[in-house]
Amino acid sequence: MNYHLEKNYLDESEVAWKKIRDGLGKGMAELGEEKKDMVVLGADTIESSRAHWFAEKFPERFIQVGVAEQNLTGVSAGLAYQGKVPFAVTYAAFLVGRPWEPIRTTICYPENHVVFVSSHAGLATGQDGPTHQMTEDIAILRCLPGFTILCPADYEQAKKAVRAAYDLKGPVYIRGVREATPAFTTEQTPFEVGKAQVLREGKDVTVIAHGFMVYWLLQIAEELKDSLSLEVINAHTVKPLDEKTILSSAKKTGKVFCAEDHNIIGGLGSAVAELLAEKHPVQVFRHGVQDIFAESGEPKALWKKYKLDKEGTKKELLKWLK
Amino acid sequence: MHQQYSIQNLEKKANEIRQDIIKLLVEAGSGHSAGPLGMADIFCALYFRVLKHDPANPLWEDRDRLILSNGHIVPVRYVAMAHAGYFAKEELSTFRKINSNLEGHPCTKKIPALETSSGPLGEGVSQACGFALAAKMDKANYQIWCLTSDGEHQEGMTWEAVMLAAKYRLNNLTVIIDRNNIQIDGNTEDIMPLESLRAKYEAFGWHVMEMNGHNMREIISTLEEAKAIQAKPTCIIAHTIPGKGVSFMEKDYQWHGVPPGTDIPGEPPKAEQANIALRELRTLARRIEAADLD
Ligand SMILES: Cc1ncc(C[n+]2csc(CCOP(=O)(O)OP(=O)(O)O)c2C)c(N)n1
Ligand SMILES: [Mg+2]
Repeated sequence: MNYHLEKNYLDESEVAWKKIRDGLGKGMAELGEEKKDMVVLGADTIESSRAHWFAEKFPERFIQVGVAEQNLTGVSAGLAYQGKVPFAVTYAAFLVGRPWEPIRTTICYPENHVVFVSSHAGLATGQDGPTHQMTEDIAILRCLPGFTILCPADYEQAKKAVRAAYDLKGPVYIRGVREATPAFTTEQTPFEVGKAQVLREGKDVTVIAHGFMVYWLLQIAEELKDSLSLEVINAHTVKPLDEKTILSSAKKTGKVFCAEDHNIIGGLGSAVAELLAEKHPVQVFRHGVQDIFAESGEPKALWKKYKLDKEGTKKELLKWLK
Repeated sequence: MHQQYSIQNLEKKANEIRQDIIKLLVEAGSGHSAGPLGMADIFCALYFRVLKHDPANPLWEDRDRLILSNGHIVPVRYVAMAHAGYFAKEELSTFRKINSNLEGHPCTKKIPALETSSGPLGEGVSQACGFALAAKMDKANYQIWCLTSDGEHQEGMTWEAVMLAAKYRLNNLTVIIDRNNIQIDGNTEDIMPLESLRAKYEAFGWHVMEMNGHNMREIISTLEEAKAIQAKPTCIIAHTIPGKGVSFMEKDYQWHGVPPGTDIPGEPPKAEQANIALRELRTLARRIEAADLD
């Protein structure tokens, strides 16, 4: 499979660093031109969560609810019942944390098609600190029936996720990140909801991630290639999980290492462990936020301290393999 | 407990607090400017005059409880606390950095004297009600002060708590609203109109007062009066100017969440913003000092 990744994408200095939240915002503003039933809702964070490009272009289809995320949810549900396609946009912690039960009842239970577009997921949020670094978003949505969870790996993939989300049914969450991260996929890179991408084939260990950590895994695979053959999978759709792709890789390698900027409880690592425990028990390692609240700091400093940068991830992988 | 600060000394102290807020934000390279500058006079009045507290014994049982609901304005609290002696002023330069106690939003695990962890809006009044209920159960007679922003009065949870406080006649609770008319995306009345805040609180059964949040004499008399109200919970609507003291920041919502040194069209060049801000504040300080002499 040719994924049409950027030329020399493994070289950090050659690849552009772009924000996933920018891709989401541009994606919404572009899609709005075609889809006249698309409505975007903001909650007093429209610039930083990148809903403002849509709002400026289509003011008649933009709704500002103020600092009121439960209302954001209920109003979105009402719009969906009436046949609109609402995109509710704000920081992850407030978007899905504050109104979890209204999401469950007004959107999930009746299978309303609402797209939740977040920003500020993960330690990548940085200086605002743990209240704003949402590291449990996947966990609390994964357990809701019928939710689709998309975690784009970079800027281009974020744009595609917006488009794909529109075409789905039921509730959808797209995980947005504040900090710039390597933009290694291109416009030509395919994107299909529910289809994990084996970006690099290998035989010794399966390494699997969502979001920007996919990029670190690609670099690690290259760095270790003389001693270890890593199979790198981009699990951009955490739910529904691409069981087939993950199972066949696990059968080949017999070892699965999962990485994510999310609590190790309830995220991709958990999803993979659940799958493999039932269908093909192999050794699984969940690398991520170790069930703690972190702290304020620059994203890169936080990734380093909490071992979510490339070096930390590599060390954890090698330690586990020893 | 308090060395008696004169009104003028309090005004001078508030000015020093503003200067240190600017320095802390510049050093951090991120954080909120408008709210902290706008609330400097009130924090100064609280920490240096009104509050029953002891920096040497931060968890003294009989202290007044000061709950900051709108956690993003914590720079003003950190600076006021450092000036009051809770921790060394040098620590202010660690704000928002890794391995610091001064989290971007308040963290009680690191600084218990903050009373509550906050940042997500609309959660403070509820917690303050819990503090007030506990104080009543314990027959304690300290005051619960809850600082809130106008923007977070758009959160339903705020009003759920406002209702409860009236039901339980929490007369040991005073809510202060930073009525600065801004939030992130614009002016509050454009984003989600809040008026009439006064009529709303009164309809919910509260005693409501209003004050100019930059007039030290008025701040102190209003806060003292609030403690004396026994029939109902009290709400003080503090009319403040966001960014107070720095001309280019005043009344401009664009300064809600960024530090001096930020590119904003129409604002002074980013490299000069901090110097302009500090120069303006020092000039103001000299004026306060000069007034001291007569
Ligand atoms: C529940 C929640 N939603 C959204 C935010 C993001 N946020 C931080 S400050 C703020 C603006 C609120 O207005 P106000 O508190 O009046 O701001 P200020 O006057 O200090 O500029 C928002 C929406 C948050 N912290 N918590
Ligand atoms: Mg405000």
